[in-house]
This record gives sequence, structure tokens and C-alpha cells, in this order.
Amino acid sequence: MELRTITFLVVGATFAIYFGIAIWARASSTSDFYVAGKGVHPISNGMATAADWMSAASFISMAGLIAFLGYSGSVYLMGWTGGYVLMALLLAPYLRKFGKFTVPAFVGDRYYSSTARIVAVLCLLVMSLTYVIGQMRGVGVAFSRFLEVDISIGLFAGMGIVFIYAVLGGMKGITYTQIAQYVVLIFAYTVPAVFISLQLTGVVLPQIGLGSTLNDGNGVFLLQRLDMVLTELGFDAFTTNATINPLNMVLLTMALMFGTAGLPHVIIRFFTVPRVRDARSSAGWALVFIALLYTTAPAVGGMAMFNFIKTLHPGGVGNPESALVIEERPEWMRRWEITGLLAFEDKAGDGRIHFYNDENPPAWAIEHQLEGNEMVKIDRDIMVLANPEIANLPNWVIALVAAGGIAAALSTAAGLLLAISSAISHDLLKGVFMPKISEKRELQASRISMAGAIVLAGYLGLNPPGFAAEVVALAFGLAASSLFPTLIMGIFVKRMNKEGAICGMLAGLGSTLLYIFLFKGWFFIPGTNVLPDTAGSWLFGIQPQSFGTIGALINIIVALVVSRMTAPPPDNIQQIIEDIRVPKGAGSAIDH
Amino acid sequence: MSHDSNDSAIAYWREHLRLLTVCLVIWFSVSFLLGILFVGQVNRVTLGGYPLGLWFAMQGSIFTFVVLIFFYTWKMSKIDKKYDVEEE
Repeated sequence: MELRTITFLVVGATFAIYFGIAIWARASSTSDFYVAGKGVHPISNGMATAADWMSAASFISMAGLIAFLGYSGSVYLMGWTGGYVLMALLLAPYLRKFGKFTVPAFVGDRYYSSTARIVAVLCLLVMSLTYVIGQMRGVGVAFSRFLEVDISIGLFAGMGIVFIYAVLGGMKGITYTQIAQYVVLIFAYTVPAVFISLQLTGVVLPQIGLGSTLNDGNGVFLLQRLDMVLTELGFDAFTTNATINPLNMVLLTMALMFGTAGLPHVIIRFFTVPRVRDARSSAGWALVFIALLYTTAPAVGGMAMFNFIKTLHPGGVGNPESALVIEERPEWMRRWEITGLLAFEDKAGDGRIHFYNDENPPAWAIEHQLEGNEMVKIDRDIMVLANPEIANLPNWVIALVAAGGIAAALSTAAGLLLAISSAISHDLLKGVFMPKISEKRELQASRISMAGAIVLAGYLGLNPPGFAAEVVALAFGLAASSLFPTLIMGIFVKRMNKEGAICGMLAGLGSTLLYIFLFKGWFFIPGTNVLPDTAGSWLFGIQPQSFGTIGALINIIVALVVSRMTAPPPDNIQQIIEDIRVPKGAGSAIDH
Repeated sequence: MSHDSNDSAIAYWREHLRLLTVCLVIWFSVSFLLGILFVGQVNRVTLGGYPLGLWFAMQGSIFTFVVLIFFYTWKMSKIDKKYDVEEE
């Protein structure tokens, strides 16, 4: 069967499942809508959290980054998983004991102030919206690529689908749909990885395959050979790539960890488990399911690079005569050329494609007087999607990867939209401005705000304010610098009062936003940046993506200083803090 | 709350914080120390085809995180029981 038909069938079948579940699990009450009742088992909850958490950035982008960044790319692996340790140890059980539906509700009650609650909503909206813009873009790209339509039509199709099941289902619908999406995306990710690992090394598990010897009979380790060919082409070796310096590796990893633990759409998950104990283990289960994909990713990246170089040098590296003849290039290259994400240019005019690092040209390239690197464009984001095609895997595997990419983008978009709509309807309307609003009206308001958020995110996704990866990094930096420290201090620093928390959140959010806008342009509008985005002009060499860690420190310092200069929190609040530190007596999540 | 239950609450919290410290030291060591700051030295040891530092940065830290969370959960329920603050 033709690739396109199979893709339609596979993606269509997965959608039928998601919709069926969304309709079957329709939310009937506000509590259902926000937290999926109390009947979600930690394992199911962990699986849904994993789907919620792993977005198009994890599925499509990350392994591609690792393919090109090698060791430096491991900041994403450590950063996006280490946050779960912080969440399980420092946040989830206490927030579960506190028993509120939303993160701003916790902030508002713990800091006895509706101003604090409004500031928390502001932080939440800024970070969720920036994150969801990247996701909508991902949805659009995936749809347009596999339905072979224009990007804007792909985006509208994606918006419609997110709208229908998120708006109908609420959290309950999303939870069960996300379990299905997890299954689809993990299959789609691991099946091609297993195939490729078998092809190259004969080892089934890609995690072990990447560290094994090639099965060409020479007994050379795959990583050794990969380092050798990369160095011969003038690139950094995979295992020691130093594109990101140690300072930025530490700060970026920390920012991604803090950001993970501070993302409201992930935290909200831990309000849905029956007991405090389950909140602890839910984070563990979520990480088990995430680790399946994350430990596979380095193998996907490394092996994709290996195969990619082999495709371009059928006769071996280090000799221009053995480079790929343009007329003989494989079908997958022609297919990706159409998207504009892959391009070459025959600079030397010899009918071959010469791929090497022309900023650090190897001796053989100089000797043969090549005219520069001829692989002028290889978008990192195509590596995962093109990977099965590069390795000549069957069409159904390629179709499966398409379905997986769409599942990853959709599940995260839906979770984020739910966090946005509950912040507006529950925290702003019911919590602050219209306390007497009826349950039915509140549900209506949350659906309307969800629809509004989809339209806004879709619009910004059409006219993206920058690369998706930049937008996602901003979202993490903002979460790390605003909500994460405030939540931690709310639990562990009894003396922390409302003045400290409010000033801290504003200082953390403000400084991080400012630092990023200085280099990336105001509100990401190209050309409005005050300083060039280069290592030379960064403050102390800190890249904007890494600044979330500094923002978090600013938040903590400001909060501690201000709280010492103002009145301590009232006795009943101190009592509440004592109370959330022990599991005993946790009721179900309650409304107020 | 009576006075002895208050004492026991303080002891419970202390023991809890000790456990947290141990877990966070492990969390920091496998990622920031082995995976980033001392990666060059750790890389001198190899694990199959993996230099060990690279392996910690790409896989070892993640496996440790998973085990760490379940260890914490298990240890905490024992502490909860000891101080009689577990859920019904």
C-alpha cells in the first residue's frame, strides 16, 4: 500500500480511539472537569501524566537535537526528567494534602491573599500560553506534513480536534484519552528504534545497542565509529561535544528541572490521586513511562546521525570521490526537499553532495579544494520523523511515527489548555471576581476560555514569535523563576508571608522575561532585540534559555528579604503549613 | 494537639528532612557531578561502548531518578507508620 494511504489509516484509527474515549468519559460536574474524580489509579495517572508532559518537543525535537549536539544534548535528558524527583519529594504530596483544584488556589490560600492568587494566575497564563503556542505549531506541522496540505490548514484541523475533545471531556476525558495517546506515542517511538538497533548492532534494546559493537564483524563500538566519522568531517565528536559550555549546561539543566516541577498542568495531575502516598508514587510512575522514551532518545539521535552520514558517504568518509551522487539520492531525501526542511547545493559542480563542517574544514576537503558544505539545510526537527525512512523501514512504521508525533503534540496542548481555562474560570472568576457563580456557569466559562485560548494560540502558532524550541525554553524558564520557588517556600519556609511571595514571583518572572526579551526581541518580535543574541553579549556568558535558574534565585532572595521586613503570616496559616506536612487526615480535593 | 504529639511532629519532620537531604544529594550527584562537572574524569571509565560520564548524562541519571522516587515513597511510608501519621 502507498505510504500516504497507510498514514491516513493509522492516524485515522488512533483518532477514532481518542474521540470514542472523550465521548465515553464526558465530564458532568466541575470536580470531574478539573480533577477527574478520585478514581484515577497512580499507574494510570502516571501514564496520563507522561503523555501530558511529553510534547512535540520531546517526541519530534529532542532526539534530533541529540543527533547534532551529542553529549551537550543531554541537558534536555537530565533536565526534563530530574524535575520529577523535585516534584515527588518537594511538591506533590503536600499540594495533594492541601486539597485544592488548582495551583493559584494553593498560592492564594497559603499566602492568604487574592493578590497573590492573581499574580499566580498571571504567571500561569504567561507560561502556559507560550508553551501552547509551540504545541499548536507542532500540531500544525505534523498535520500538514502527513496530510500533505498547507501548514495553515493543518493548524486549523489540529485546533478543531483539540477543541472538541478538551472542551467536551475536561480532565476526566483528557486523562483516559491521554492514556491511549501514551500507548500510541511510546510504540511509535520505540518500534523504529528497536528495528534500527537490530540493523546496526544486532541488539534488541536501543539503550544497550548504542553502547554495543557494530555487527559488521570488525568489533568496533558504534559510538567509537560515530566519533571517528564525525571528527573526520570536521565536527565535534558525539561523546564529547562541547557546544554548550559547563556553566550553561548546569544552569540550563537546573532551569529545565525547576521548570518541570513548576509547570501547572503537570502539578495539577497530582491533585487527582486518592491519597497522599499515591501522589508520591504517581510521580515515580510518570517518570517510569517518561524514561522509556527518554532513555531511547540518545540511541535514536546517535543512530540517526550514523545512518545519515552513511547515506551521504556510500563509499566511506574522507574521500570526495565516495560522496553521494545527486542523481542516486534516496527517495526520502526527495520527499523532505519538498518541505523545504532539507536542501543541498552542488557548489563544487561535480554532481555529488559533499557534507562536512566548513568552519573547521578537514584536511581532505582542503586538499581537494571543495567549495564548502553542500548540505546547506538539515532541519534538526526532521530527524525523528525521517529516521525510519533513512533506515529503510516498512511503510507502516513510518505511518506509526506520524501518529505518535501528532499524539504527543495534541495531548500536551489539551493539558495546557485545561490549566489555562481552569485558571481563568476557577481562580479568576469564581475565586476572586464572581464568588457566587453557579457550577454550571463556571463550567461554561471554562469552556469559553478554553476555546478563546485555542484561537489565540492557533493565531500565534500561525505567526510564531520564534522557533518552537525557543518558545518552549522560555516557558520553562518562566515556570522555574516564578511558581516553583513560591510553591517550595510555601511548604518549607513557615515564615514566608504574602508580601514576600508576591514580590518574589514578580521579581523572578520580570527578570527572566526581561533577560529573554533583551536578546530575543520584545514579545519575540524579530528585530526588536536590544542586544545581539551571541555569547559575547550575554551577561556572564549566560544564554537566555538558562536564565530561569538565575530568575529562581532572584525570586528566593527577594522573597526572603521582603518577608523578614514585613509581618509574619497569621497563626491559622502557620497551622495549615504544619498540617500539610503530615499525610494523616487528607480528604479528597475540595472546593471552597 | 497535645504536647507530646507536638514533640513527635517535630521528630517526624526532622526525620523527613534528613531523608529529603539524602535523596537530593543523590539527585544532584548523578546529574550535575557525574554527568556535567566531573564528566571528563568519569569518562575515563567505560561501560561497554559508553564512556561512563556520558552514560550518566544520557541514561544513568534517569534510571537513578526513577529508583530514587520509589525509594523515597517506600521509606516515607515507613516513617509515616512509625509516627502514626499515615492515612487511614
